[in-house]
This record gives sequence, C-alpha cells and structure tokens, in this order.
Amino acid sequence: MNEKFDSVVVGAGPAGIAAAYTMAKAGLNVIVLEKGEKPGAKNMFGGVIFRHHTEKLAPEFWKTAPIERHVVEYQYWFLSEQSHVLMSHRNQRFNSQFNAFTVHRAKFDPWFAKLAEDAGAVIITRTTADDVLRDNGKIVGVATERGNVMGDVVIAADGVNSMLAKQAGLREETPETATVLAVKEVIALPKQKIEDRFNLGPEEGIAALLVGFAPGMHAGFMYTNRDTISIGVGVSIHDLDQSKRRPNEIYEQFKAHPSIAPLIKDGELKEYSAHLIPEGGYDYVSNVSTAGMLVAGDAAMLVNAINWEGTNLAMTSGILAGETVIQAKRENDFSTKSLLRYRERLEDSFVLKDLKHYRNVPKFFSANPHFFTQYPQAMNELAYMWHVVDDELKADRVKRMKADLFKRRSRLGLLRDAYSLWRLFS
Amino acid sequence: MSTQRTLSIEDKLYRNRYKVDEDSHLWIKDTKMCLKCPFEFACIRVCPTDVYKWEENKITITYDACVECGACRIACYDVGWKNPKGGFGISYKYG
Repeated sequence: MNEKFDSVVVGAGPAGIAAAYTMAKAGLNVIVLEKGEKPGAKNMFGGVIFRHHTEKLAPEFWKTAPIERHVVEYQYWFLSEQSHVLMSHRNQRFNSQFNAFTVHRAKFDPWFAKLAEDAGAVIITRTTADDVLRDNGKIVGVATERGNVMGDVVIAADGVNSMLAKQAGLREETPETATVLAVKEVIALPKQKIEDRFNLGPEEGIAALLVGFAPGMHAGFMYTNRDTISIGVGVSIHDLDQSKRRPNEIYEQFKAHPSIAPLIKDGELKEYSAHLIPEGGYDYVSNVSTAGMLVAGDAAMLVNAINWEGTNLAMTSGILAGETVIQAKRENDFSTKSLLRYRERLEDSFVLKDLKHYRNVPKFFSANPHFFTQYPQAMNELAYMWHVVDDELKADRVKRMKADLFKRRSRLGLLRDAYSLWRLFS
Repeated sequence: MSTQRTLSIEDKLYRNRYKVDEDSHLWIKDTKMCLKCPFEFACIRVCPTDVYKWEENKITITYDACVECGACRIACYDVGWKNPKGGFGISYKYG
C-alpha cells in the first residue's frame, strides 16, 4: 500500500468507527485496520449501547441495527450466601424513549462499521498494526504484517490492551488496581423462557448489577438478549491476585448462587469470553495525543465504572478525535500543539467531566471493600430479621436489628461511610 | 436448587471459535525468572482460560486457548504479549 491516507484508524470498535465515520463524512480519506476477521470479532462487553450517544451518528439506528432488547429495568442485587435483597427500577418511559439496548458485539460492530464504510472509509480486516512509524519525531503511520500504512494522523482505537498507545509513549503499563477482568458466558434460552423468568415483554430487557456473592471486590452482571443471557463477573486483577482465587471459579460460584441459578437453568452455553476493563478513572486516563496520533476509547482508558458506561465514552471520544483531525487537516497542521485540541475537546465533554467528577471513587472503593461485602450481608440479615414471624416482640426485634447492624459496623463507621459517599458523589 | 452441570474450562472453550496460528503470540521474556517467581505464578492464577501451566520446571503456554484478554500481561511483567497475526486467535460469534 503506497497510498497515503488523511487518517489511519486502528481498531473497528465503537471508538474507531465513530472516528472513521466522522472523518469520512467530512470527505477525508480514511482507512480502518481491524485485527479480527471482522469488526467485533475480538470485542466483548456486558453489555449495552446507549441510545443518546449512538444516535449522534445513526439516528433511529434500532430500526436497522442488530440490537437484542431495549432495557426497561435496572436491577441491583445485594447477595448473601443464601439470600438476596433486590432493588430495581422499571419504567414505561424506557419503552417510549429508549435508553439503552443490549447487543452482541460480534453482530452489532459489523453493522456499525458499515456506516463508516458507506460514508467512504476503507475497512481492512485481518490486519494487525504492530508498531507506529515515526519520521522526525512525528507519527506518520503504522507497520502491519502486510506492509506500512501511512497517514497524517493515526487514531489508536485498538482497545484496552492498546499496543500502539504504549509504543507511542502515551501510556504506561496499567496497574493491577486500575484493571478489572471480566469473565462472561453467553447462555442460550428460549425467548419465551427469558421473558417469563424476567417478567418481560417481547422486546424488553433488563440490566442487572450484583454484589456480595463472594468475599472481595467483585461485581456480577446480567443482561437479557433476545434468546440468550449475557452473564458474568468483574474482578480487579489486584483482588484476583491477592485472593488467590481463579476467575472461572469466582464466576462459577456466582452462577451457582441459589438466587441466580434458576434464572439460567437449562440454558446452553454458547460462548465463554474474557476481557479487561480499564476502571481506574480520571487519574489513569492516558495521554491522548502526540504529533500525528490520537488515542480513543478503551485504549485511552475512557470508562465510567460508576455508571457502567463505556461504549458511549468510546463513541464520543471517537467523534471528538475525528473532529480534531478534520480541523488539523484544514490547517494542514498535525503537530503536538494542533492535536492537543483533542484533549481540550474531551475535557469540555461529558467524557472527562464525568470521569473527573468521580475522580476519587475508584480509589475509595478499593480502600473500602466492605461496601461490597459487609453491607450486602447486613442488608440481607436485617431483611431476614424483619420478615421472620415468631413470638418476639417488635420492640425487642428492632433492638436486636440495631445491635446486629452496629456489631457489623460501628455507629461512627456508618456515619463516616454515609458522609464519604455523599462527598464522593456530589 | 438447580443442579446444573458445571463445565470445565476446556469444555467451555470448545464452544468458542478460534483460528489457530502456528506461532504463539505469548512468550516468557526471561524463563529463569520463573524458577524464582516473585508473584506466586500470577500468570497461571489470573488467566481465565488456563493458558499457563507449570510443568517440568518451566511455564508452558497453551496459546491456542487464549482469548486475548491481557490479564497475564498486567499480573506479570515477564509475560511477553502481542496481538495475534491478523485474522488469527479468538473470533467471537457473540461477544
């Protein structure tokens, strides 16, 4: 390939495609390199894509895109060994104004990539970008096994393990504490069974977060698709390392919980997958630009772990990267200074504003794992005590409940936790 | 209570689609370091697909089971990790 492109995008995920589409629409000459045999072949998430941000690229995309279900209910499960407390929010407004859609990435991503292709971007699959190419201190392209691909700006959207961002010196090795390993299974069940078990209409779905099923900082997740369920756990690599437990073992323990097992009973395993999630937040966001290169999506560690948002940050960072290149092209200036405007755009958008707002949250929960263990246990124990009917007088019952709670966490500890949460989120 | 059969990791991986390359995309940078592993074999422990095993005083790597998550790379700096060649490795049908 001797042709030089306006931009070489590495990775055909949400960030890369959003960037490629944005630039191609503006008439730029764009090539996208994807290492998988098709877009999405290497991608895994919970998960959902969000209507609001996806619509910025593809209005009313759900009419043609391969979506699974729209989410009408968000569930929060607090598990103890043999019990759970379930808090959930279901709203008919999610039926009239869609909020999020469950998808399978191996099906959605090819559809999304087609948008960029139809706008004129060239998408080359089965091509791994192994290294960045430099000339005079500026990045001028990437090396692949098929040869060099040159462009004015390289956009590294090569995912959480981004080799390119590291080779460009924009990112250091990620610490264990800032990285979560997600292990997931796709389990097939008849459509009707899913709708019966989760109390859903034909197109409706749930998104669930589950904590407390094992000691340590783990979070389970569950999403209903058309005729499959995506179910898995996320564990920080640090926690995994310290606990000396295996990821699959933690996942199997979660799946065997008496409140969870019936939901997936008789299901057939279709796929077992694993993926890293960069959950370190604002302080771990990489340097996102240098002369001739920008970094977007997971590659730049743009994930909001608090609200379980990722694909929308990826798409938005892709759009902003694309806009930065369009402006740079107009001015024919691909210097460090010119491309620094990408960081400014990110700082001005919800992407870095939200991450900045939650800046201290990841560290706080790492330092206070009892939120994931003691509190779910206390909630379950108190709920149990409240519901048991026997001869005990209610005045004694409430006294005993208070004593149980304060045994788990002192009055001062409870106050401090409440105050910390208040400060942390406001 | 449900009595669903628990599949082994090997059984689970049979459900996945791979295109296996002749060459490994994973390697150990300094095999001597493994003899006195300072991380209690973190590579073996954090891997969700049992890629790493300790056999006859060395780490063996079943790279064709790898789903390219990168956990081993984070857990130990002695793990060499690169992307498989284009088109090779895991190819999710669902994701």
